[in-house]
Amino acid sequence: MPNSVDPVISAEKVGKHYGHFRVLQDCSFEVKNSEVVVICGPSGSGKSTLIKCLNGLEGFDEGRIVVDGVSVGDPQVNLTKLRSRVGMVFQQFELFPHLTVEGNVMLAQRRVLGRSTAEARERARMLLDRVGLLEHSAKYPKMLSGGQQQRVAIARGLAMDPKVMLFDEPTSALDPEMIGEVLDVMVNLAKAGMTMVCVTHEMGFARHVGSKVLFMDQGRIVETGAPESFFKNTQSERAQRFLKNILHPMGI
Amino acid sequence: MTVWSWSAFFEYLFSPFLLYGAWTTIWLTVVSALLGLMLGGVVAAARMSGIGWLEKVAFFYVWLMRGTPLLVQLVIIYTGLPQIGIKFEVVTCALLGLALNEAAYLSEIIRGAVQSVGIGQRNAATALGLTKFQAMRDVILPQATRVMLPMLGNSVNGLLKTTSLTSAISMEELLRRTNLLIQERFLTLELFVVASIYYLVMTSAWSLVQNWLEHRFGRGFEEEARLENAEQR
Ligand SMILES: Nc1ncnc2c1ncn2[C@@H]1O[C@H](COP(=O)(O)OP(=O)(O)OP(=O)(O)O)[C@@H](O)[C@H]1O
Ligand SMILES: [Mg+2]
Repeated sequence: MPNSVDPVISAEKVGKHYGHFRVLQDCSFEVKNSEVVVICGPSGSGKSTLIKCLNGLEGFDEGRIVVDGVSVGDPQVNLTKLRSRVGMVFQQFELFPHLTVEGNVMLAQRRVLGRSTAEARERARMLLDRVGLLEHSAKYPKMLSGGQQQRVAIARGLAMDPKVMLFDEPTSALDPEMIGEVLDVMVNLAKAGMTMVCVTHEMGFARHVGSKVLFMDQGRIVETGAPESFFKNTQSERAQRFLKNILHPMGI
Repeated sequence: MTVWSWSAFFEYLFSPFLLYGAWTTIWLTVVSALLGLMLGGVVAAARMSGIGWLEKVAFFYVWLMRGTPLLVQLVIIYTGLPQIGIKFEVVTCALLGLALNEAAYLSEIIRGAVQSVGIGQRNAATALGLTKFQAMRDVILPQATRVMLPMLGNSVNGLLKTTSLTSAISMEELLRRTNLLIQERFLTLELFVVASIYYLVMTSAWSLVQNWLEHRFGRGFEEEARLENAEQR
């Protein structure tokens, strides 16, 4: 049984390759209860692959990942059970277009957790209210803006009462004026004590609520540190260059 | 050679004999479409099963049924099989031929539609803890249905007309009965015009059903089209 002081996620020397191409090498890190871990790094460095390994959406070849006491790579393990305790939010929202907003938040509650329709609806409405979208419950996703859709996606994940929430570039597909509304929801979530792993380049978010930052390059975790030290005393030359590029893209 | 006879035309237009033939065409279509859809679903599932030999069997089936004419398949079932001791009623032969053939085409439509639902949707369903079966039933298929409905609809439209091939194995549907009447008085044009009108009425009625179905399964997608139209204006 997982103990409350055990990390929610621990990854040890995780490695994965596609043919001869090594997507992940020797990736080790821990996420403790209520921590917010931010993963950043250049495009193609393996961030999405790593975060998908955490709930078994991707397999891996080497190392070990334990999430909420369950060894993800173990073929004996019932992954569907584990996944219901790990929320995930995607860059492209991935709401189910044939279901209403409320239907999106209710589906897995009913199918996976076995909640009654009434129970699931109550929980869905509570969470939609929390992300400020209660009045849109009956609409279909395509009728909402990107920022609104992403907030529904967050509510959908939260409805499963997850131990940890994974975010893969949740604001990268959004118009600039909508980024704030999604980050607000995430910040509130962090402040409420949710354990989170976020792939994001929103350095303001990392600074504000991040417990630690992992910097990835070419499939490796090159640098790990608390946000202040990561931003102030960036160690690796690669991370310095990366930060310079995203903070001052035009060199100014 | 006689000139066009209006009286014969109207007589045939409301002839119970032909009406019954049209009814046979309708239920042949409905039953073989439903059987074909079920079998097509099984074939599509086999082709996407990830089980090597099963995929090969399904592939072979589709290749065989789509690569040979339906008329040949019907004749093989009706006159060929009895040679090796397998004999069915005419109706059974007609339904079997139509359904087996339709299944091959429908399986490809189903497979294409299922694959058109992106990996992102699958990942989202999986990440929520849905099983493969639940993800298929609750997330993939409802979206795939919307994609495949127009194609399924066209396929049924085609089937309404394709059933006429079963006249070759003496199935008494609309075309066969039309031909039987032609033998009596040789009013070929009148009879074929009447038969065409029957087929037109049936295919048009189906179009209405098809529109309704597409509308019904389009929920959640129509708004998008409306917004896009508005943007273009
Ligand atoms: N199925 C696959 N087969 C082969 N290579 C793959 C596959 N999926 C991903 N890759 C490669 O693995 C590398 C890491 O991909 P990943 O999506 O994890 O990067 P990322 O850090 O999330 O990048 P981005 O910031 O662009 O999202 C990339 O070079 C990508 O081309
Ligand atoms: Mg990525």
